[in-house]
Amino acid sequence: MSGELGLVVAPELPTFIRQGTLRRLARKPTVWISAVILSTVLFFSFFGAILTPFDPNLTKLAMVNIGPFQSEYLLGGDRAGRDILSRLMFATANTIGGAAIAVSVAVAIGVTVGLMAGYYGRTFDAIGAWLSNLIQAVPGMIVLIAVFVVVGPSTVTSMIVVGILIAPAYFRLVRNVVISVRNELYVDAARVSGLSDIRIMSRHIFVVIRAPIIIEMAYIAGIALVIQAALEFIGLGSPESPTWGGMLQDSFNALYISPFAILWPALSIILTVLAFVFLSNAVRDTLGDPRSSGGTARKAIAHAVTPPGAAELGEPNAFLSVRELSIAYPLSKEKSRTVVRKVGLQVNRGEVLGLVGESGSGKTQTAFAILGLLPPEAIVTSGRIVFDGLPLLELTEKRLNQLRGREIAYVPQEPMSNLDPAFTVGQQFGFAMRKKLGLSRVESRERALSLLARVNIKEPERVYDYYPHQLSGGMAQRVLIAIAVSCDPKLLIADEPTTALDVTVQAEVLDLLRDLQQERSMALILVTHNFGVVADICERVAVMKDGEIVETGETRAIMKRPEHPYTRLLLDSVLDNVPMRAPLTSRDGVRA
Amino acid sequence: MSREGTALLQVEDLEVEYRKAGWRKPANRVLHHVSLSIQEGETLGLVGESGSGKTTLGRSILGLVPVASGRILYAGRDITHARRRERRALAKEIQVVFQDPYSSLNPSLLVSDILSEPLRAAGIGGTEARRRVRELLDRVGMPSDASERYPVEFSGGQRQRIAIARALALEPRLIICDEPVSALDLSTQARVLDLLIDIQERTGVALLVISHDLSVVRAVCHRVAVMYQGEIVEHGATGAVIDHPTQAYTRKLLLAAPVSDPDEQRERREARRLLAESESVL
Repeated sequence: MSGELGLVVAPELPTFIRQGTLRRLARKPTVWISAVILSTVLFFSFFGAILTPFDPNLTKLAMVNIGPFQSEYLLGGDRAGRDILSRLMFATANTIGGAAIAVSVAVAIGVTVGLMAGYYGRTFDAIGAWLSNLIQAVPGMIVLIAVFVVVGPSTVTSMIVVGILIAPAYFRLVRNVVISVRNELYVDAARVSGLSDIRIMSRHIFVVIRAPIIIEMAYIAGIALVIQAALEFIGLGSPESPTWGGMLQDSFNALYISPFAILWPALSIILTVLAFVFLSNAVRDTLGDPRSSGGTARKAIAHAVTPPGAAELGEPNAFLSVRELSIAYPLSKEKSRTVVRKVGLQVNRGEVLGLVGESGSGKTQTAFAILGLLPPEAIVTSGRIVFDGLPLLELTEKRLNQLRGREIAYVPQEPMSNLDPAFTVGQQFGFAMRKKLGLSRVESRERALSLLARVNIKEPERVYDYYPHQLSGGMAQRVLIAIAVSCDPKLLIADEPTTALDVTVQAEVLDLLRDLQQERSMALILVTHNFGVVADICERVAVMKDGEIVETGETRAIMKRPEHPYTRLLLDSVLDNVPMRAPLTSRDGVRA
Repeated sequence: MSREGTALLQVEDLEVEYRKAGWRKPANRVLHHVSLSIQEGETLGLVGESGSGKTTLGRSILGLVPVASGRILYAGRDITHARRRERRALAKEIQVVFQDPYSSLNPSLLVSDILSEPLRAAGIGGTEARRRVRELLDRVGMPSDASERYPVEFSGGQRQRIAIARALALEPRLIICDEPVSALDLSTQARVLDLLIDIQERTGVALLVISHDLSVVRAVCHRVAVMYQGEIVEHGATGAVIDHPTQAYTRKLLLAAPVSDPDEQRERREARRLLAESESVL
């Protein structure tokens, strides 16, 4: 019981992510410019009232509508002869405070109702959604004007109303995130552990919604600021407490006499709102895509394909030969991780090879390399793949595309996610056959129907017109197999073709694969972790571990007399060979 | 299935329905008159294919799925419609290990927080909780420094050990294991099953092991119940069901699972073909 106990240090530790996120954020110029602007604004909202050079309400007749940089009023004077700079500094507190009130109200209402609706669902959800729709349907400006008429000029009241009007944005955000988390198994486990609902929400669910709430907060603050400025601008503010919006209106009235006065409140509003929005977007982008700035690493490692030597071309009768194949993924500019190391394989015409190993052994990577379907970040650091005399790694993408489907076909693990939900079964057949074989519509339909019948689908005419969601998992896999063999490929690569299926369906699909393979004398590479599947269908088997092939040979020989200790370990772990649990005796049943 | 009063868990005539989205749509019945019982210290295997209702049965015992009709008795007490408060008290009695050790542990919590959570919910805190966490990690064969790490730092098998430790925290008398090893690699599966057996032998906890894999059930279960389309079609001692199945469906299930000996597998394939042919003749 010791093999798995050595701690696996995964490359993505949470602490690493956190440090990395901050560092990546700081690297973006928009982020630190926004941060500088916002901290300045925040500073003045706290200390602006003390630091003003003049009393913001002091009027000097000589300074009425004076332009900027002409007197001790640095940014000029307004219609009443007050210092614009002083008023701007003084108004910061009211402006930011108003936005803060709106955001707090929106968060308090939206998050609470969203949490309840998402967590309890049903009635709560229906009521929450109804209220949210109602608020969104109400014309906000008219409500605000009505409130102004009833309550009178009050920044606090109008910003509370703005908060209520913005709350649906939070409601929907939180509700959707909570619904996706609510079905996580760890929430079920917490319920079984006896945690109260409040504890589950605060511990397990709030952690997940915290980040989106904060990101949205900056964005909502920007919106609140704009709404507030608009309200003040149309005269719905309180004259006692100056705000940027109020100053905007004031200077707008004197636009032709003193054109520069409008610039300062407008600039303050624009810069602050932009800073909020840019910061919010940058944080969202960075959190959403942890590798957004790591794309340059690939060029640092040379694309080194070993030049072909005459002796390396493999035995003449080998239909597919893989030699010294190594595949690596870059981790950073200097380092890379090798996932396949000097792998050699051979498959003859009409032969079934099993590629077996545990997760992370590199078996799927090897299969994808043969198909030419490795992800773009993967680098083939060495090796050669020769298929029917063609060096696959050196072919152009266009040539590979001609081969795939026609000569080499593929059956994936997850049948459902590999059928396009927007097209019928028949249409998906047509794509392959009309393009690859140049068949007409009628011919391709005929051929598809006979193939569907061949893969034991009852009523092929009906299934031909089905959409993927109408198929069961086993039927979908049969359809995919039928599509894969529709162009008579010479090599079929099946990656865990039965792992997602029930055992009884698995047995039928394996029968089908075996029959098709023998009928057409196709070569078949079957990637699997299941030794039973190997024993059922494969003539030869290659055992992979940590990117290397540790043992290869005829299936019967390897299953009965494994030579490599790892193969022996795997075979010993097969549960068929574990002794059956004995029935419970009364002695065992007594609690110790 | 057993004498009244002696069973730790008794399920009688259980029916579970899933309501479909939309008003007044007919409900989808997923369990039909399911009855079973588990004795103290016993492992019952529940085997069936996807959609057979085996997971729903487990979740209804845990109170995660509402029951339409029938009764669930725990130690003689009716817990079929237990309220939240009663359910929370049952946390000390019935626990769970889920299939997927990746989503059953909250990725943003430390292992020590994950393990102490049930303890704190039960009112055990501070030094005592820390001592228990160390003890739990030791019992599932994890190093004690694991407690200050996050789940992401562990492999699937190690995470499943942590999930088992969490289930053991309140020393329950019954653990429901829903596909406990199907997400794990082959070499890890056997070790996790060994751990479950070892824990059962030491603590006398009863297990309900839900699995689609007969070889898992064979290795850990004293008794087996075979489910098909929401019903239990066959049950009995593991040896009896696996060596002498009486139902055609059980035979089909047994023969469908491939074995790693190529010669034996060829025989099974033939036997399966014959069974399928005899079925189609009927």
